[in-house]
Amino acid sequence: MTAVITDEKIPNNVNLAGDRRLQRALEEWQPHFLSWWQDMGPVGFQAKDVYLRTAVSVEADGWAHFDYVKMPDYRWGIFLEPKQAGRVHGFGDFQGQPVWDEVPGEFRNMLRRLVVTQGDTEPASVEQQRHLGSTAPSLYDLRNLFQVNVEEGRHLWAMVYLLHTYFGRDGREEAEELLKRRSGDSDKPRILGAFNEPTPHWLSFFMFTMFTDRDGKYQLAALAESGFDPLARTCRFMLTEEAHHMFVGETGVQRVVKRACELMKQAPNGDVRALGGIDLPTIQKYLNLHFTLSLDLFGGEVSSNAADAFAAGLKGRYKEDRYDEHKLIGTHYTMDVLEDGKAVTKDIAMRNALNEVLRNEYIKDCQRGVDRWNKTIKDEGIDFELKLPSHKFHRQIGMWSTVCATPAGELIDRAEFDARKHAWLPSEADETYIKSLMHAVTEPGKMASWVAPPAKGINGLPGEFEYVRLGA
Amino acid sequence: MDPTTFETHPSRYHHWKLAVAGDVATLTMAVDGDHPHKPGYELKLNSYDLSVDIELADAIQRLRFEHPEVRACVVTADLDRVFCSGANIYMLGLSSHSFKVNFCKFTNETRLYLEDASANSGLKFLAACKGTTAGGGYELALACDDIVLVDDGNSAVSFPETPLLAVLPGTGGLTRLVDKRKVRRDRADVFCTVAEGIKGKRAKDWGLVDGLVARSKWDAEVAARAAKLAAASAGVAKGPAVQLDALAPVIGKDSFAYRHVTMTIDRAARTAAFVIAAPTAPPPADSATAGADLWSLRAFRELDDALLRLRFDYPEIAVVTLRTKGDRAQVLAHDAALAKDASGFAREVRLLQRRVLKRLDNTARSLYAVADAADSCFAGVLLETALAADRFYMLIDGAGEIAVATSVANAGANPTATGLTRLEARFYGEPAQVAKVLGRGADGPISSEDAEVLGLATVALDDIDFADELRIAIEERVSLSPDALTGMEASLRFVGPETVETKIFGRLSAWQNWIFTRANSTGERGALTLYGRPERPVFQLNRT
Repeated sequence: MTAVITDEKIPNNVNLAGDRRLQRALEEWQPHFLSWWQDMGPVGFQAKDVYLRTAVSVEADGWAHFDYVKMPDYRWGIFLEPKQAGRVHGFGDFQGQPVWDEVPGEFRNMLRRLVVTQGDTEPASVEQQRHLGSTAPSLYDLRNLFQVNVEEGRHLWAMVYLLHTYFGRDGREEAEELLKRRSGDSDKPRILGAFNEPTPHWLSFFMFTMFTDRDGKYQLAALAESGFDPLARTCRFMLTEEAHHMFVGETGVQRVVKRACELMKQAPNGDVRALGGIDLPTIQKYLNLHFTLSLDLFGGEVSSNAADAFAAGLKGRYKEDRYDEHKLIGTHYTMDVLEDGKAVTKDIAMRNALNEVLRNEYIKDCQRGVDRWNKTIKDEGIDFELKLPSHKFHRQIGMWSTVCATPAGELIDRAEFDARKHAWLPSEADETYIKSLMHAVTEPGKMASWVAPPAKGINGLPGEFEYVRLGA
Repeated sequence: MDPTTFETHPSRYHHWKLAVAGDVATLTMAVDGDHPHKPGYELKLNSYDLSVDIELADAIQRLRFEHPEVRACVVTADLDRVFCSGANIYMLGLSSHSFKVNFCKFTNETRLYLEDASANSGLKFLAACKGTTAGGGYELALACDDIVLVDDGNSAVSFPETPLLAVLPGTGGLTRLVDKRKVRRDRADVFCTVAEGIKGKRAKDWGLVDGLVARSKWDAEVAARAAKLAAASAGVAKGPAVQLDALAPVIGKDSFAYRHVTMTIDRAARTAAFVIAAPTAPPPADSATAGADLWSLRAFRELDDALLRLRFDYPEIAVVTLRTKGDRAQVLAHDAALAKDASGFAREVRLLQRRVLKRLDNTARSLYAVADAADSCFAGVLLETALAADRFYMLIDGAGEIAVATSVANAGANPTATGLTRLEARFYGEPAQVAKVLGRGADGPISSEDAEVLGLATVALDDIDFADELRIAIEERVSLSPDALTGMEASLRFVGPETVETKIFGRLSAWQNWIFTRANSTGERGALTLYGRPERPVFQLNRT
């Protein structure tokens, strides 16, 4: 298998044709990627034409090329934002010095870990979502699912490019490992907990793309500030694609919310479930679940790893240039911490608090999405408000994982939490009900009972466009 | 300051769970973050401090005495993704130099006890590492006979000390890596500089672990390997079981009175006076009938406890005087009975005496044995304490009442870390003298005068000179540099060949303790100081 490595097959702006080292690495890895895609990618539909967006160049007209394509033939490419001449470190101990085009030996291990951890999430989400195709609520949604999946695949390629190009043999081995771990497989789990949780139905898919992919946005944005220039340039390009995934999530949930409101008005006693919809309190529970799982992805509240990565100029803050000060020595962040079982407000050295800083940026962004959902509810004339739960609620990672809290953030004991948790988090009965709604709707333009149609189609096309040709 | 307590019991453990099923025990690390040895840090991710290691040492000791049916012990953890992340770094950062050194020494001794139990007691250890195994966590695994690592594509074994903290794996890690497991030294070099460690097939190929096990097969494979280890030690005599009671010393202001041992601290003089009393009754025909009251066991457990208190709670004490009192014949009778007893219990008592005497060898204080009273009793196993001392002062009383006596305990039962007996170490340049001393000892007690001629006493003087000579020797010693004395004494005490054990302590004392005091680790901008803080370390660049 050597002939596959061509610029035509693999669109790129990294001079693949002239890079023998990268060619050799990809010759080995690319067939393994394809067999992983066959084994762990979307179940079924591999031979169907899907109306997908492919990035074929980094030019304005190149990053969104739409056409029908069979997923295994998707042209997973390698794109970095064009290099900015004279770019310097924007933060940390090396601020003002020229950025690195090669990995500095001192930070090789730390960087590799960052790249591997980010890279591991990309195939993981494809694995988590692989069974959803058979229950898509519309062809429009089915196409969006596959768009997300192929782009997560491309993000894996982006990280593998970095591993192959900058991390030598260790990098090649890590690239192979990215294909060997499996989401939810207790023998070879994915690195981060949230990426081992199932995405069993479309409500969880929409929540995942809303909340967990939004974590991805913030992680990528922090890495896009990196003084290791190839990483920064890679992440900047990935962010353009990530935006679509969050669009799928935010509008997906918004459509479920809208449908719930419509059904509340139709049903004689407001019983949304009686009419095959998902009621707002149940939506709130799934919001609580996926939001808190995603909060965990930002890591410990007080973190020496975060401080090290910032000091070394490897991982910055979200939109570093909005800040005046970029060294963060002697500055503090005022935040909630747990002391002797109580939440208290304390000043934490800023560099050590950077996970929390990023998490709080993320929470603000999530709140903007929730506000839009609430506007939909209000516009429908319904008196209900969806709320983000407290960052102390239902945590598995960090200091709050050792205590129990209500969604409002009040600390309670474990017994009380267990007694009340199904008021806050999906119960098995909720899961069973949601799954009972999941049936494929394959007629172009038609929607499942529990979700409203999208406001508009893809690439200016109408809603009834055949986004996936199931007959083909 | 409250005295440090080294005694505990499984019913009071905060950090470990000990479970016994048939011939396999499971020792599960479940560190309770809220119960550190001292306040000021939280024990996260199964990181350990002295309180965790005290419980580990207790568990190993109790397995040997109280659960003789156990032939294999699985060392594992209760966390899903973490085995043990090593010594708590914030604890090290907060600790005085003296505490760090003694903490490392104690943890090394505890790990050697695992290896001692494996080599001599038919108790094998399996490190079942179902997650991150870092630093001291991997050192604990290295002390086991068999290491299995979960093969989950993520969990690694690692020594991150050098890249992250600018120190060494302090619990004998480097020595065990190349001398015990015989990992190729160039690979060991790579391994010790990769902070995240090495996982999976490479960890196995390089000999860092013995087996890789998938999560789904974990419990079955661990059980199978433990059963195999237990079967391999089936031929070793075991038991009967003896429960170890509490030592419960009477603690006064700077004094500790046990049943057979007393330790009295004189802070002004910077001395500690130890007195060990001989048994007052003959040994039972069968050692185990005396249980934990057996003098040979009880007296040495007490000495052990007192030595640990001295090390940790009295760092300013410079000189230890060791005295003994009682009936020499009783000590010799107890030594003889213990040597004859083929039970597993008697063997454990002999091994415990050996370990406690090694603890004495490794105590970084000037040790002066003193025989200056008619009831002085440096006989047999108690003579070993005088031979462990840096000097032995004997009073010549004219009547020959002050004398030493030898037993089987001096003839090979108590080798030191070098593998030499204390007599062999003393007469390293004249090996024939060992047999001569033992031969003379077989004829009866050896008076102070004869002891000096034979080379047992460093100084033997009559009552005109003795008291003043001893006083001056102590005062002079106290005036010398504690650091220089530590180095000098260790260099002289461990005369003879190197072993894994001497290398572990030698490297700890020399390299690690040098590094601990250097700016690159513990200076204002040192890596250990700054760990977890916002700033990155700045190194002084000169190499030696």
